[in-house]
Amino acid sequence: MKLKLHVWRQKNAASAGRMVRYEAEADEHMSFLEMLDVLNESLITKGEDPVAFDHDCREGICGACGFMINGVAHGPMPGTTVCQLHMRHFKDGDELYLEPWRAAAFPVIKDLIVDRGAFDRIIAAGGYVSASTGSAQDANAILVPKKDADRAMDSAQCIGCGACVAACPNASAALFLSAKVSHLGLLPQGQPERNERAIKMVAAANHELFGGCTNIGECEAVCPKNIRLEFIARRNWDFLKASCTFREEKAAAGAG
Amino acid sequence: MKLDPSSNSRENGKFESPGVYCNLMSTASSALAGKTSSRIGFWESTVGKKAVMAVTGAILFLFVVAHMIGNLQVYLGQEKLDNYAHLLKSIKSLLWGERVTLLLSVILHITAATQLGLRNRRARPRAYVKWASAGSTYASRTMYWSGPILLAFIIYHILHFTTGQALGPQFREGEVYHNMIVGFSFVPASIAYIIAMLMLGMHLCHGVWSMFQSMGVSHPRYTPLLRKFAVAAAAALVIGNISIPVSVMLGILK
Amino acid sequence: MKLDSRIPSGPIEQKWDNCKFEMKLVNPANKRKFTVIVVGTGLAGGSAAATMGELGYNVKCFCFQDSPRRAHSIAAQGGINAAKNYQNDGDSIYRLFYDTVKGGDFRAREANVYRLAQISVNIIDQCVAQGVPFAREYGGLLANRSFGGAQVSRTFYARGQTGQQLLLGCYQALERQVNAGRVTMFPRHEMLELIVIDGKARGIVTRNLVTGGIATHLADAVVLATGGYGNVFYLSTNAKGSNATALWRAYRKGALMANPCFTQIHPTCIPVSGDYQSKLTLMSESLRNDGRIWVPKKGRDSRPPGQISEDERDYYLERRYPSFGNLVPRDVASRAAKAVCDEGRGVGKTGLGVYLDFGDAVRRLGRKVVEERYGNLFEMYERITGDDPYSVPMRIFPAIHYTMGGLWVDYRLMSTIPGLFVLGEANFSDHGANRLGASALMQGLADGYFIIPYTIGDYLATAKLDRIDSNHQEVRRAENAVGEQIKRLLSIKGKRTVDSFHRELGRLLWEDCGMARNAKGLRHAMGKIAELQQEYWRDVNVVGDGAELNQSLEKAGRVADFLELAQLMCLDAFERNESCGGHFREEYQTPEGEALRNDDEYCYAAAWEYTGPGQAPALHKEPLSFEHVHLAQRSYK
Repeated sequence: MKLKLHVWRQKNAASAGRMVRYEAEADEHMSFLEMLDVLNESLITKGEDPVAFDHDCREGICGACGFMINGVAHGPMPGTTVCQLHMRHFKDGDELYLEPWRAAAFPVIKDLIVDRGAFDRIIAAGGYVSASTGSAQDANAILVPKKDADRAMDSAQCIGCGACVAACPNASAALFLSAKVSHLGLLPQGQPERNERAIKMVAAANHELFGGCTNIGECEAVCPKNIRLEFIARRNWDFLKASCTFREEKAAAGAG
Repeated sequence: MKLDPSSNSRENGKFESPGVYCNLMSTASSALAGKTSSRIGFWESTVGKKAVMAVTGAILFLFVVAHMIGNLQVYLGQEKLDNYAHLLKSIKSLLWGERVTLLLSVILHITAATQLGLRNRRARPRAYVKWASAGSTYASRTMYWSGPILLAFIIYHILHFTTGQALGPQFREGEVYHNMIVGFSFVPASIAYIIAMLMLGMHLCHGVWSMFQSMGVSHPRYTPLLRKFAVAAAAALVIGNISIPVSVMLGILK
Repeated sequence: MKLDSRIPSGPIEQKWDNCKFEMKLVNPANKRKFTVIVVGTGLAGGSAAATMGELGYNVKCFCFQDSPRRAHSIAAQGGINAAKNYQNDGDSIYRLFYDTVKGGDFRAREANVYRLAQISVNIIDQCVAQGVPFAREYGGLLANRSFGGAQVSRTFYARGQTGQQLLLGCYQALERQVNAGRVTMFPRHEMLELIVIDGKARGIVTRNLVTGGIATHLADAVVLATGGYGNVFYLSTNAKGSNATALWRAYRKGALMANPCFTQIHPTCIPVSGDYQSKLTLMSESLRNDGRIWVPKKGRDSRPPGQISEDERDYYLERRYPSFGNLVPRDVASRAAKAVCDEGRGVGKTGLGVYLDFGDAVRRLGRKVVEERYGNLFEMYERITGDDPYSVPMRIFPAIHYTMGGLWVDYRLMSTIPGLFVLGEANFSDHGANRLGASALMQGLADGYFIIPYTIGDYLATAKLDRIDSNHQEVRRAENAVGEQIKRLLSIKGKRTVDSFHRELGRLLWEDCGMARNAKGLRHAMGKIAELQQEYWRDVNVVGDGAELNQSLEKAGRVADFLELAQLMCLDAFERNESCGGHFREEYQTPEGEALRNDDEYCYAAAWEYTGPGQAPALHKEPLSFEHVHLAQRSYK
């Protein structure tokens, strides 16, 4: 099949970008990224700069890939990253617009590549359980009800690709953030830091210029791991509770 | 001999340009995230502001429901409605308590919405060449349109039926039934009301379930029911309120 | 060079304890004065960086991905082994040790494997404490499954995403240290050179993949946890970015490369669909627990599988290995698949595939149970192939998956360059000639959480490390070498793309140094690869320049290293005149076609030393002795 591609080309963070039109040839069994590989091979042969895009595992789990296809993050198939999106879902003559995630918090680095370092900084702010190596008790010492473990896993599946931010009209990171808050908040191991975590992570997201959540659900619709809006409510609950019950930490001698 | 970590590592100035990237990436700013913003005040946060919008939205929603129930007494005749209005106005503490609560709610609701809206605009400085919805409702995406239209309507509505300037010399203090009939006999006013009520319906379709989400209440079984309830409640409000100008225009209410 | 594996004294159960006691400690107040570089943020690197940060070292951590969370450990599906014996089915540390040595076909170091089995228990405790959402039973206890042919249920898992969850656990621990200021993270940085001063590893040269900036980072020790080199085959289940550059540059600086020909082929991958294929996707081995593998009895049978009746099907694994059936180890299953395809009985358009059929499982267990166990894998399969595995049998084919070979390390995970430590898949130590399922995650985390934090302390406490100046001539030399290579690659401006060379290299290796090897083929491959390498440096086309984000340039450097590594792999395979584990030499097999080891002559780890460009590398042998698990022919009949 033949496709008309309009691809966002931007040399680096400082330069202005524009849409450039390409003709591409594809086979129905190719993945979307393989279609771009073939395009890039032909560009290189012509001595042109290939289209830069992030990708790594190509199995839909590392979260590196992702861009907008016709205005939808990761393209038209629900629950699917672009690396797992196959060309059989497109037809001959389709015209496709490829754009990078757009958000103040995700500056474009080149072409379809953006800097998602803000996500790492949100996790660094509190998205963990403080359990230094070697300090753990036996793994079966604390029972975890299966339902809680399963729900924690549902939210822990987040791959940090950034599609939720890209799809949100407000460029909000609420779904990403809530996935981690819920994952850890649903497990007994995450309880001691649960309040603090919600406050710190929400603070970090605010600091990173993400927008606020308006509960519209675009994020849920494009999430390749089907993380649910329900988790955003959980994050809200945790944050509100934590805010209302917040107490200053007392500096004790010998601490820290 | 031990090494001083600061002096044994260096970036080669010849090649390493102080690019945007290094300022943005975690090498430089990860420390920043931890130190400058480890806490956030309730009102500073987007989550806190949304909670304020949820609570004030709930108050406004309950008022709108009560208001409609009051208004529907128009079908019981002039006496009933005017008596009801008189009753409300006679208890001054209730009246002013309500007015202050509503005014505060509106102010907080709008302040939070405006601040969030500005923040959200800054969060995406460059728009997509192409964007398509993958899963949100039209109503939810247009809250920033339906909201201001409602504000304009509320001002008009107060001038129309509470203070009377918009109704002009025909306005009679305390005679609600009379004011309604006169007001809605003017067709452009009725059309404005109908449009405003449709906006209100849209606003509530999203707002009524969204307030629960903002307050942290969600459940896989009950939230879908709640979303249906929001649509039903919005529809009931729209139909109930619109019925009055329509009835006046059709001559059912005289 | 004499290889000193520094295996501690004492009975095998006490070796690690003895070692820990004998090692010197670094005073807590002094730890922050030591800088440690960690390259790679997968399970091994991430856990090492996090733990050393917790201990108080000043850690600098590098990855080429945009975030440490994307390292390829994330793609591991099946699970992680631990000798917890929670299922009361007779598991023990000794049994895990025994199974791993035997599964590795007696080419691993016993002491290392025993320590791995001991530590496996602590890993699960640590991960649960971090909030890894392992699968649970209704009573709230951890669930286990039997995996990869093990006779006990010792595998812990988190749906089909165990690697992801374990990696996120150590990524979070790492970010906690970043926040605490003890780890400095350098994402989108690639290590291009190792700096060795006075015989000790003292730093690395990196390229900032966004700006193209070349920078030197000096340290007191360098830890490589950069994963395996499976991408030398072009098509593998590794991530596209996985590469051998860090290993190879360390090798060229004097670290020995051990057993490079030991590569693992995973039997259950989705077959190739066309020339444009960019990578292969693994389907978890757990599928073999309930799926039955078959091909048509007669060759070139192009009927759809549904029309092939039961008695026209050959369930060849069940037929050949009645006691293990579909659960034989990976190497055995892979070779059997190749054999039936070579006979012309392969299925699918290319004839390179066999059926993995869940028809029986669905009938026996019901669709719901099958969905619970394998739902996400089935979805993944359907997404890629467009076929529904509930109604049509899956098609699978072996693919390169893991490399047991790697840089040679001693018991303390230190390479032959003092101060250069190598962890996880990047080293050679624990899996011998074949890795068992669910052992890679275990090894990565054991190395990172529980071994390197101790052993690096001993090195730092005892090595006499001089202060070094960034103008040291070795530093300059390393920087120049990096700059020179980049300049050279960009200046060729030939006709062929980097990928076209890489693809050709992959085909050569897969044919001659893949699932089955022979002396003639290996000689042929070595010649061809040398030619290809010459052509590469004459005719490769790398567009763009070095001072920008340039993905062609990144690939070009990696393929240049793969071309050299491939020749060493072939040489190693050629020199090892026996069949063992993943290394199957056609000349050495039993009459039934099983691998035939030669323990008299080849019971050693082959460690290769770089002797200069164009020179034949020198072979050093580390003899392996088996005192606890007695040398025996593996049998899965």
